[in-house]
Amino acid sequence: MAAEDGVMSEWPLSLFAASLLAGAAPLVLASLGETLTEKAGLINLSLDGTILLSAMAGFAAAVETGSLLAGFAAGAAVGAATAAVVALMSLYLGQSQVAVGFVLTLMTKDLAYFLGNSYARIPGPQAPVFPVPGLDVLPWVGPALFRHTLITYGAVAAVAVTWFFLYRTRAGLVLRAVGENPQAAFARGINARHVQVFYALVGGVLVGLAGAAFSLSVKPGWGQPQGAEGMGWIALALVIFGGWHPLKVAAGAYLFAVLQMLGITFQGIWPSVPSQVFQTAPFPLMIFTLVFMHLGQRPEVERWAAARPWADRLLRFVRARAPRALGRPFPDRG
Amino acid sequence: MTPPPSLAHAAQRFLWTILLALGLSSAVVALGGASPLEAYRHLIVGSLGSWAKLTQVLRVWVPLTLCALGLLYTFQIGLWNIGVEGQVVLGALGATALIRWGLGAPPQWVVPAALAGAVLCGGLWALAAGILKTRAGVNEIFAGLGLNFVATGLQLWLIFGPWKQPGIASMSGTETFPENYWFPTAGGWAVSPYAAAAAVVLLGAVAWTLRATRLGLALKAIGRNEQAAYLLGLSPRRWMLLAMMLAGGLAGLAGAYQVLAVYHRLIPNISSQYGYLALLVVMLAGYRWQGIPFIAFFFAALNVGSIQLPMMLRMDSSLAGVIQGSLVLAALAVQGAAWRRRTAS
Repeated sequence: MAAEDGVMSEWPLSLFAASLLAGAAPLVLASLGETLTEKAGLINLSLDGTILLSAMAGFAAAVETGSLLAGFAAGAAVGAATAAVVALMSLYLGQSQVAVGFVLTLMTKDLAYFLGNSYARIPGPQAPVFPVPGLDVLPWVGPALFRHTLITYGAVAAVAVTWFFLYRTRAGLVLRAVGENPQAAFARGINARHVQVFYALVGGVLVGLAGAAFSLSVKPGWGQPQGAEGMGWIALALVIFGGWHPLKVAAGAYLFAVLQMLGITFQGIWPSVPSQVFQTAPFPLMIFTLVFMHLGQRPEVERWAAARPWADRLLRFVRARAPRALGRPFPDRG
Repeated sequence: MTPPPSLAHAAQRFLWTILLALGLSSAVVALGGASPLEAYRHLIVGSLGSWAKLTQVLRVWVPLTLCALGLLYTFQIGLWNIGVEGQVVLGALGATALIRWGLGAPPQWVVPAALAGAVLCGGLWALAAGILKTRAGVNEIFAGLGLNFVATGLQLWLIFGPWKQPGIASMSGTETFPENYWFPTAGGWAVSPYAAAAAVVLLGAVAWTLRATRLGLALKAIGRNEQAAYLLGLSPRRWMLLAMMLAGGLAGLAGAYQVLAVYHRLIPNISSQYGYLALLVVMLAGYRWQGIPFIAFFFAALNVGSIQLPMMLRMDSSLAGVIQGSLVLAALAVQGAAWRRRTAS
């Protein structure tokens, strides 16, 4: 007991890091998934509802089968299915991606509540912690980095894999080419539409895994509300915040998790303020970043920064541009 | 936006949409382990089964129609005013603030002032999103969403802080206003007939401005081709801000209605998500005003009818949202199929 108390008081920072990594995992997965989809030129606006529906499906499947693997598979399948609807409706039926995504956001949320009714507030399986043998006993770093669930390790790995894939492989180059200029990619013998459908599905799988990570690990169980409400919108905002770059997007997701945890701390200081007020804090921050990014592109600001190396470096860091063909699908008979 | 289809085509599309949506929602109900027919029967009886229920439907119809009418302006100019939800909340906050300040003053002054304040608050909140869009390069969807969350935060802070009930701050909202500050109603109806009549008048006014005034023409021209409109001397920025303010003002009015005529106080879920739902109404109406009153009525009926589902069938009331979503999704699919036939030929 005394030893445990020692651990608690000695390394609060290490515990903070641990819960940060675990808590941010779903958001990292979802925003990386959306980054891939948007890099290929497609917007999947349905994230907020999709995460809930896949959280519900993941939990329900895990309860019914007793298998966590089945739970995560079900979540991924739901994510892919929703993304498929967005992709097909926009690429093959010429409908607005924003319109389809928005309807699906509302509808999948209601679907989750409707179908998940009988699974609300029942006990279910929860992803176990897998300490990394040998490393988990290290002082400080062990509890922070090496005592997590597989999905948390997976989220961290996904950051590196996504970056490597996008910028260091041929397939990643093709993906980016399609997102920038599908016509040119088509002229080079790439079937732009197939590429977009494929990465919509891959992105959807990651979003679905994020949902399952909520209901099976971060906020275990199902209920109305589940607690993951609003996360999809945050993931969508993070993609812009991170300038469509996987490393910056992931950094944004971890930063958001820090803000959320600080919010909990602040609530201890002002208990009369409801927690929802603190949860809205990241949104004005997101708007400021977007404004800042836009202002950074003005010529007068660029001239001003050119004489100041620190400002120039800051500007170059936040400067970002959406994939050129984002939201504008390749003409049907190209 | 395509020209309206011929009558026969429209009827055909209408039937296909209904069939698809009915199939989709029936499949969902069956998947949930219940009988779709039973569910539909309860939805109809629960919304249209009696005069009392019908007035409840109209009570939802009013704010839904107001929000949808405002969205016509923003859709016409090509903006996705997803921030309509927050604009409803700000309208509710504005109305509550004015009633609280005006307590003691004659109600015939305070209530109209509260309405005007709500329109102003909603309009300014929409203007903020519009300025972010036109001046700071923030996509209106993200500006609007961000402001929605900020509006919710502001509202909760007010309910739990400065405007809390004496002694206790709770999710039940602020103190109920004295009865003479309520929006006037008649004959014990759930809906204020004056509000319903005002919504009908506004429907006509919005339709008129869109069809027969310079405003409607400018919005349409910019929505169709911003570049060309600019070359013709129209300032897209200014018209966008105006369209946003009009939409925000009408959404604010819906918020005031929720406060003054429905709850008679400010509650945390004051908007009841009518802003988001209104976006679906306008999409299903094909971004034209003609269908709005009917679709809004149908959606309102679904909302009211679903309230008793948990009690009667142990079914979650979110079925209403599933059916509404299915309808819009089906309409988009049918529209897409027509688009495909057109482009193939």
